[in-house]
Order: sequence, then structure tokens, then C-alpha cells
Amino acid sequence: MLLIKCPFCGPRPEIEFAYGGQAHIERPKDPMSLDDEAWAEYLYIRNNTRGVHSERWRHINGCARFFNVRRDTISDEILVTYKVGEAPDAVPEKDRPTKGGAVR
Amino acid sequence: MGRTAVARVNSLAQISRGGPEVAEASLSVLPDAAKFVFRGRPSSWPVAAEAFGVELPQAVNRFSVKGGRKAYCVGPDEWLLEAVGEDPGEIFHKLSESLASHSCSLVDVSHRSDTFEIGGTRSEYVLSHGCPLDLSEQQFPVGMCTRTLIGKSPVILSRTERAVFQIDVWRSFSSYVWGLLDEVRREFPSRSRQM
Repeated sequence: MLLIKCPFCGPRPEIEFAYGGQAHIERPKDPMSLDDEAWAEYLYIRNNTRGVHSERWRHINGCARFFNVRRDTISDEILVTYKVGEAPDAVPEKDRPTKGGAVR
Repeated sequence: MGRTAVARVNSLAQISRGGPEVAEASLSVLPDAAKFVFRGRPSSWPVAAEAFGVELPQAVNRFSVKGGRKAYCVGPDEWLLEAVGEDPGEIFHKLSESLASHSCSLVDVSHRSDTFEIGGTRSEYVLSHGCPLDLSEQQFPVGMCTRTLIGKSPVILSRTERAVFQIDVWRSFSSYVWGLLDEVRREFPSRSRQM
């Protein structure tokens, strides 16, 4: 079983966690100004990264908080975990949120 | 509207009756308690602590006790407040009055769960059959509490003494968790059977 380091509780068994999808997707500031295509992209379009991926996890059977994880999708290695709102140095520029949409 | 008196029946009342007595890991149902979930902004924490009469631990996964009352910190801004044998209405009223001007949430969850205890030299071993955590004293010291899983059921597990754990489990899962631990401990010799 994988141990995932919750930023609040420390290393805990994988089965206590729930996956929460791709991280750093910013909700558009003014949704009404978006056309359908842009809105659909915000809602549905996600990266399918082969390699290092930023994603949200929730420690549902623990402190119940959401946090962010950088995980290598090839090796399943978790590189870093950090609280929501934190911008760790480990996050490279290319994976930071882009304006009003998904990470490229 | 008149108040209807409804007697609360502990969900473990049936299953806990007449089991074997195993000294290495004894199971016992704990008395009903008033329970509240409190979440709020930091400014409301001392107010809630004062109104409830128990210090709210700031460290996640720790609990504090004062008399029959306990405050479990189960998340960075979330506490489970427990008052054994008390009337939830009164406490709720007092807390909500004190907290009226604060940005917070207080929910009465007294009805939601029941609590039982596992105690004895092999309690850690028995729990480990269903709980994925490292329950050694280094990793799970006395005074620690956490939400976790036992088998497939979410529980709040806390260590009150070196060899005593309390398990707070939702009513609909309680007989499952009890039954799971009861089955595990049957590998130890039982002294007598009560009927």
C-alpha cells in the first residue's frame, strides 16, 4: 500500500484518500463572458500527462481536507504534497495555472 | 408543537450482549454522549472552547479531556465535541448563543454515532486486522485521535490509555465494526460465556 503524506496528518495509507482530479484549475473570474467552447474547456478538458502531474487529493478518511500532489504518472511516485493555496518551489513554471483555464 | 419523547437505543445494544470475555481484548459499549461538530474561523475557537469548557487542541489529531467532556481535533479547523451523558439541547443552546456573532458552524451529531472501547494487552493487534494505521505508541500515542478506516467503515479512533482505544462509529456501521473486531479476538481463549 502506498503511503501518501498528508500536509496535515503526515504519512497515511493510500486507502484513506480520494483522488480529486487535476490541480491548479482556476475558475474563470467572469463565467458569463465566456463562450460555450471556453466554458466547456474549463469544465471538461484536462491534461493527460505522461510524467509529472499536479493533482488534487482529499484525505477523506482522515482530516477530510483537500491538498495538492505532484505525482509521476509513469512510476506512480509522489514527488511532493502541499496545501491548497501554497505554491511550492517544486511546481515548475509550465505547470502553474494559466489564466482562466487548465494547465497546459 | 409538543415535544415527542423518543428513547434513544444504542445501536450496539443487541450485538454487545452475551459475547465472550476475552481479557486480551475486551469490547465494551460506552455510554451515549452529546456530540457536536464545530468548525470555524480562528477568532471563534477560544469562544467555543470557553463555552464548552474544554480547551480545543490546536494540533490536528489530538484530543483534550476535562471531566466527562472531550474535544477531538479531527481536522485543521474542525473539532468533535463530546459530552458523555449530557443533554445535547442545553449544550447546543449555550454554544450557539456564545458563537452567535462569529463565522462558524455548529452541528448536533449526537444521533449519528455510537462509541465503544477495546482494551487489553492485544487491543492494538486486534485493531490492526482492520485498521491500516501504524498503531504503535510512537506513531499513535495516548491522546491521539483520528478519522480512519476499520475494515470498510470510517471511524474516529482515539487512544485513551496505552492499551485502550475508543472507536466512534456511525450507527449503521457499528455492528459491522464490532463484529469484525469480535471475530478477530476469538483467536484468544475466552474465560466464560454469558448468555
